[in-house]
Amino acid sequence: MSPLDSDIAHLLAGSMVLLSFLLLYQDRMFALLNVFAFHAFALAGSVAWQAYLQRAPHLFITALIALLFKGVIIPIALRRIVVRLGIHRSIETVVSIGPTMLFGIALVGLSIVVMLPVTQAEGPFVREDLAFALSVVLLGFLMMVTRRNAVSQVIGFMSLENGLVLAASGARGMPLVVEISVGFSVLIAFMVISIFLFRIRERFDTVDLQALDMSRGEAL
Amino acid sequence: MSYADWLIQLAQTALVLGTAPLLSGVTRKIRARLLRRQGASVLQPYRDLLKLIRKEAVVAENASWLFRAAPYLIFATTWVAAALVPTFASGLPLGAVADIIVIVALLATARFLLALAGLDVGTSFGGLGSSREMLFASLAEPAMLMAVFTLSLFAGSTQLSSISAYMLGPGAGVNISLALALVALIIVSIGENARIPVDNPATHLELTMVHEAMILEYSGRHLAVMEAAAAVKLLLYLSLIACVFTPWGTAVAGAGALAYAAGLLAWAMKLALLAFLLVLFETAIAKMRVFRVPEFLGIALMLGLLGTILLFVSKVSR
Repeated sequence: MSPLDSDIAHLLAGSMVLLSFLLLYQDRMFALLNVFAFHAFALAGSVAWQAYLQRAPHLFITALIALLFKGVIIPIALRRIVVRLGIHRSIETVVSIGPTMLFGIALVGLSIVVMLPVTQAEGPFVREDLAFALSVVLLGFLMMVTRRNAVSQVIGFMSLENGLVLAASGARGMPLVVEISVGFSVLIAFMVISIFLFRIRERFDTVDLQALDMSRGEAL
Repeated sequence: MSYADWLIQLAQTALVLGTAPLLSGVTRKIRARLLRRQGASVLQPYRDLLKLIRKEAVVAENASWLFRAAPYLIFATTWVAAALVPTFASGLPLGAVADIIVIVALLATARFLLALAGLDVGTSFGGLGSSREMLFASLAEPAMLMAVFTLSLFAGSTQLSSISAYMLGPGAGVNISLALALVALIIVSIGENARIPVDNPATHLELTMVHEAMILEYSGRHLAVMEAAAAVKLLLYLSLIACVFTPWGTAVAGAGALAYAAGLLAWAMKLALLAFLLVLFETAIAKMRVFRVPEFLGIALMLGLLGTILLFVSKVSR
């Protein structure tokens, strides 16, 4: 493995972490969807590069699934949902952007501190990939926690799943069946969530999830 | 260090001062042309400086000695900092005693003096400018230092010459940390040089002024020195980016006269390209609200921090 190969793998996986931060930072709906599409492109590039490095042709299919479903279909579908819901203005965040970013950096630090010692027996590639993947997963969680808007929570969930695929592509021997089923389950989750979105809006006239707390009698 | 090295250092010290107004003239010209205006000659900043030097310096009645001394101190610290950045030749004798952290510290000293000078006369504009400058600096300075740390961790040295030599060598590849450091450094340069998304150097609108508000009370030779210092600072940042991220063509110490000439030409071309990109960015973007600037600079800090953290991962995989 030449240094250039590992540098490119590092670049692609690292740019996924960077794009996760951009997702956290972005507070406009359409821009958020565009960044999410780029996130999926970076994932597809990263997985395809792993496929090339590991000489594992089935990973190319995973990359293609990521490119088509998450890079093209889901962003376009979400865009139409956003237009139909009429919420293409700005997103409310519970915590402001500065502290969220700092928290995100702490999470990246945490995942590196946790992953690198734990995976010492593995090759450098796997370790690096797992560290990046854990950061992407944690940043996806952070996004779901800090956003109130249901659509951006969906995007947080999807970016989290991108992190899982990144982890799977780094670890050798993940069967294709598992990956395809994960990919389809995400697609089904997406459909269910989008149906729920409309139900929530019908019921509460908003997609701000704080309204749900209100109906449970938790908020004042 | 040989006699010739010191000669190069002197030449470079004179060069940064001599070409700084030209650089700001060129940026103004490019900007005017992009806006489809004719624009002043590229030599206009020299004429402005000459005119200002000849004019009488009007000083407020309640100004202290600090107000008079600050322009010269700011100019001196900025000039020394600029002389430490390798422009056309690396391996400068002064570079051996002063690394990139010294450059950051010198610029911080200049900023401290500038903020004090803004507060000295007690006008509201000066105070406003100083407080904003300090607010931005509290984010821009750590961001710059994080970018510097990333580069130093790569090269294993804080010397600019070593960093630039490392970037030329086989060790540096396509690395995400380097890209993050570059973006952080570019954002910091835009903020520090009062360029458009952060501050507009060509306006005197009180709502948006930062740098201009602090030097509003200056006139005559004091203003000339302040303007020159600002021009030198822009040159410094562009040279720094060129020296670290595009080190190709820079002459090494002890090379022949031909290498030095080639280095000079390469430096001029790199600077012209960077100036063009800077102005292109400026014309494409609108000025930010003042309260959004901390967010903008916060991104630089975040990128610098992230670059340093990711570097530890890439150290593992090597």
